[in-house]
Amino acid sequence: MAEEKEDLFSKKNISLLTDPLNDDNPITVQVLGICSALAITVQLKPAIVMALAVMFVLIFSNVIVSLLRNLIPSRIRIIVQLLIVASLVIIVDQVLKAYAYDVSKELSVFVGLIITNCIIMGRLEAFALGNGPWKAFLDAVGNSAGYAIILVIIAFFRELLGSGKLLGYEVLGHKGRTLAESTGVYHYGYENNGFMLLAPMALITVGVIIWVQRSKNTKLIEE
Amino acid sequence: MDRNSNAYTFIFAIITVVIIAAGLAFTATSLKPLQAENVRKEKMQNIISTIGVDANRDESAELFKKYIKKQLVLKADGTTDDAVEAFTLDLKKELHKPYDQQRFPVYLAEKDGKKYYIIPLFGSGLWDDIWGYIALDSDKNTIVGASFDHKGETPGLGAEINQSWFEDEFKGKKIFNDNGDFVSVKAVKGGAKPDDIHGVDAISGGTLTCNGLTQMLEERLKNYVPYLKKN
Repeated sequence: MAEEKEDLFSKKNISLLTDPLNDDNPITVQVLGICSALAITVQLKPAIVMALAVMFVLIFSNVIVSLLRNLIPSRIRIIVQLLIVASLVIIVDQVLKAYAYDVSKELSVFVGLIITNCIIMGRLEAFALGNGPWKAFLDAVGNSAGYAIILVIIAFFRELLGSGKLLGYEVLGHKGRTLAESTGVYHYGYENNGFMLLAPMALITVGVIIWVQRSKNTKLIEE
Repeated sequence: MDRNSNAYTFIFAIITVVIIAAGLAFTATSLKPLQAENVRKEKMQNIISTIGVDANRDESAELFKKYIKKQLVLKADGTTDDAVEAFTLDLKKELHKPYDQQRFPVYLAEKDGKKYYIIPLFGSGLWDDIWGYIALDSDKNTIVGASFDHKGETPGLGAEINQSWFEDEFKGKKIFNDNGDFVSVKAVKGGAKPDDIHGVDAISGGTLTCNGLTQMLEERLKNYVPYLKKN
């Protein structure tokens, strides 16, 4: 097969890796995985761990489905995909509980929610069923990285403007009961924007990111 | 074999399910002891953290032994029940029993020659269970430390109850008023008054979790009143 002889890092394969970072970003262009982008971006740390967990699940499920792509009966393919994704998620959850207990507590319910992340099913359906394992691997890395970037950007702004912190550190100074007790920008009357902590602001942040991205990348603008 | 035939579909489904089920069962069983150990150590860590002992999870078992001198299980009237072990008692199950059959564990701690009473708590937050520990000073009234945790509260909002800035608010608060009546400690929306010895600031955006916490404190601590007043 010609496909097998292709160079491992041919231009086409590299673009599988880099396209989802910008031109074909799962969140801002494909508009998948919005649900978790709203839910876990209040703080930076859970967003990062969530991105890593999604990366793990997406890489393995993409490769496994790609290996089985000629065996899976098409009538039950969605169920089989779900089964594989769900099993991987349970394994991630169990391993985290045993070896990284603190991280598992941090993520709590969101590990289970990876199953419902549309990016994963979307990539399995759209890509893994029709391509070989190496390409599926690159596609998974690219897409989960594209997802991770957006998640981190949203969480950065939400945690910074909403609670005045980054990764839990008070980067804008400490807010005391009175102006005199406060330090940093709080000393001059700055207030955290509590609205940033609520889900609607995540959606608006995504909107702003899409706007910025499209004004820089004119390819994305529809006629 | 035809990939679209019913027979193939059934065989494929059966084989896949069997393999995955075996894999998951194996993972779950082999990791279970490690997970149970984590939970046990964390519980010890949380209990001793209320009297100001900061232990990491690995050394918690040793320090727990050092500081916790006695573990008692109380009946509703405040007398002890020696037939039950305090540490393994499941508070969630106890709450579903009739009141006079419920058992209430209490840990007697001693640190630097001072006696403390550590009371475990259990209740409901907004989404799921919340629990915690409250340590009372030797006057059986003043809170010296609190530790809370939750199963699935909203991260960044209600989930903040397990953060030290919230837990530290409880230090110095009292559960009885000047007349010796039980009043508990409340998380007050909009912030407690600075001189309120029975109130702490609730978490902005986490009001429902805080209401659950207030309710948990009141309902659980109430059960210990006979014991605390007696000795």
